[in-house]
Amino acid sequence: MGLSILGLAWRSLMNRRGSALLTILAVALSVSLFLGVDKVRNGARAGFENTISGTDLIVGAPTGQINLLLYSVFRLGSATAEISWDTYQSIADRDDVAWTVPISLGDSHRGFRVVGTNDSYFEHYRHGDGTKLRLAEGKLFTDIYEAVLGADVARELGYEVGSEVVLTHGLGAGGLTDHENRPFVVSGILAPTGTPVDRSIHVSLEGITAIHVGWESGTRSPFADTISEEMIRGFDLTPKSVTAVFVGLERRGTLLRTQRALNTQSGEPLLAIIPGMALGELWQVTGIVERALIAVSVFVIAVGLVSVLTSILTSLNERRREMAILRATGARPGHIFFLMVAEAALLGLLGAVAGVLLVQIGLLVAGPLLSSAYGIGIGGLGLSAIDGWTVLAVFAAATLIGTIPAVMALRRSLADGLTVKL
Amino acid sequence: MPVIDIRDLRFAWDDGPALLDIAEYSVLPGERVFLRGPSGSGKSTLLGLIAGVLEPQAGKVEVLGHDMTQLSGPKRDALRADRLGVIFQMFNLVPYLSLVQNVTLPCRFSSARRKAAGGGDGMTREAERLLSRLGLSDPKMLERPVTELSVGQQQRVAVARALIGGPDIVIADEPTSALDAEARDRFIELLNEEAARSGSALLFVSHDGSLAGHFDRSVDLKEINRAKGGV
Ligand SMILES: Nc1ncnc2c1ncn2[C@@H]1O[C@H](COP(=O)(O)OP(=O)(O)O)[C@@H](O)[C@H]1O
Ligand SMILES: [Mg+2]
Repeated sequence: MGLSILGLAWRSLMNRRGSALLTILAVALSVSLFLGVDKVRNGARAGFENTISGTDLIVGAPTGQINLLLYSVFRLGSATAEISWDTYQSIADRDDVAWTVPISLGDSHRGFRVVGTNDSYFEHYRHGDGTKLRLAEGKLFTDIYEAVLGADVARELGYEVGSEVVLTHGLGAGGLTDHENRPFVVSGILAPTGTPVDRSIHVSLEGITAIHVGWESGTRSPFADTISEEMIRGFDLTPKSVTAVFVGLERRGTLLRTQRALNTQSGEPLLAIIPGMALGELWQVTGIVERALIAVSVFVIAVGLVSVLTSILTSLNERRREMAILRATGARPGHIFFLMVAEAALLGLLGAVAGVLLVQIGLLVAGPLLSSAYGIGIGGLGLSAIDGWTVLAVFAAATLIGTIPAVMALRRSLADGLTVKL
Repeated sequence: MPVIDIRDLRFAWDDGPALLDIAEYSVLPGERVFLRGPSGSGKSTLLGLIAGVLEPQAGKVEVLGHDMTQLSGPKRDALRADRLGVIFQMFNLVPYLSLVQNVTLPCRFSSARRKAAGGGDGMTREAERLLSRLGLSDPKMLERPVTELSVGQQQRVAVARALIGGPDIVIADEPTSALDAEARDRFIELLNEEAARSGSALLFVSHDGSLAGHFDRSVDLKEINRAKGGV
């Protein structure tokens, strides 16, 4: 009997499919808002947390710790100041420091950031569970004018080993002013990592210095074009400064002591941060917003459920006759009750499932955009337990809500008997 | 033994005056009975009591040997589903079901009825057979939404539904009041014929006394009802 009543519920909904579809849509949109917020939040967290591992400290010029983390690791925002090469040397020379990776930021190529660094980057930078960077093609840069591309850069711009790349001074996508007289040659392409490395162009620190010869004032000097490549190669290309330094320690036990020593050292003021702690602070800031968003989206789901209730309540009056017919042909009060509850439950279930599908479709479409624009990994955005639980919860809530019209229909049909006035 | 046997029945809606007060009224198996009464006299209420949808304040309503006042609600519902057919004045059909689905509706609530109608596919064939006997055989018509049928056609579908699975009793509550004179007589003839065919007793109520001639026996509600609560 349960099945045949479900069949009735289904046909009844189909008969009112216009309003039923609107109700399902309302539930679907509310569910997709909730799941969307949750997935983007988790994706962002997972993406950020997977981006750097194995680096004990990040050192840069004094700024906020979140800011330093964002521009050095996530290539978001930009540094306001740099640290001098001598200071970098003094950090690298410390007894408690095992390795350092200097990076120099500030140039770009068609919207992708350029990272000046050295071999130590490919040796010590780790992501995920401690995975090293791996070349998919070619080799690391050995010459001043060679570049190693992240996977997305090569894919999106269609570059191969041997392609020429003209770097841009500044970070504008269209390029403020090009260094076109000094093109770089792609020497290698990295395997995809799902981190901002995929969207970076890596060149040697000397290469960064070289393209800025003649740019010391910040704009192109009239002499820039007159300097030949041979002349540049003859210069001392040791950088004068770097933007940030990734630091690995000899022993992790000295972490806090080393951090304090760097932060309080005399000479050039520095900021040394522990990546995990900076991320923690970032989550604290975003957590407030996240909780507010989640709360709002839960309320929106409640609104969606109210639309289920409204849709069934408004149909009750015109269906009084139908209930009398069902009773006359043998329906028990339980059948009437079950019919109304089943309609609510079906609306809730279909809405929730449609909401999950909406989110998945949305992620298929917008996922690549999210990952390229904000470094949100789409890996963790697929179907997960929360989707199942949400569907279950909305289904249960709709079923529960369905008991309200069900009780009303039941009472009425018992009072009406077979005599329904129209 | 009568299929319907009413003794000392008293019924009032809510706290109102007694609407029905019937000392004795019965219908025999296979009998076709007409019950006349003006609008508001309590005919539909009486049918509700016989169908076990309403409960009397006093007295006994025996249907097919079961005292409805002693049966539990679910048992009354089951008895109605298994052995009664009901036809209303109008709007007999569930708008979201097809013609055939409307006819087989009682089989959804009663396995006895389903079995009697031939079960599964047999049930659909039986519905189509009944419909074609009632002049509704055009396959194109069977496809149409029931809301597009004329009132006369809808009432004939209701007859097929009441008769599917050969119930012992068919109660018809003014089924012809929305039909014109010609359609009305034809309808009553068909209803009588098919009820006779399936051996069902027929209790037909109407305010229109001129229909009495179609039936084995005719009773005026005034004659059996001692209450003055009704109109
Ligand atoms: N569901 C109901 N609740 C309260 N009073 C009702 C209900 N149905 C009918 N009545 C009252 O009972 C009386 C008889 O109604 P009814 O049985 O429909 O008469 P008939 O079918 O003979 O026209 C009327 O006065 C009507 O107002
Ligand atoms: Mg009536």
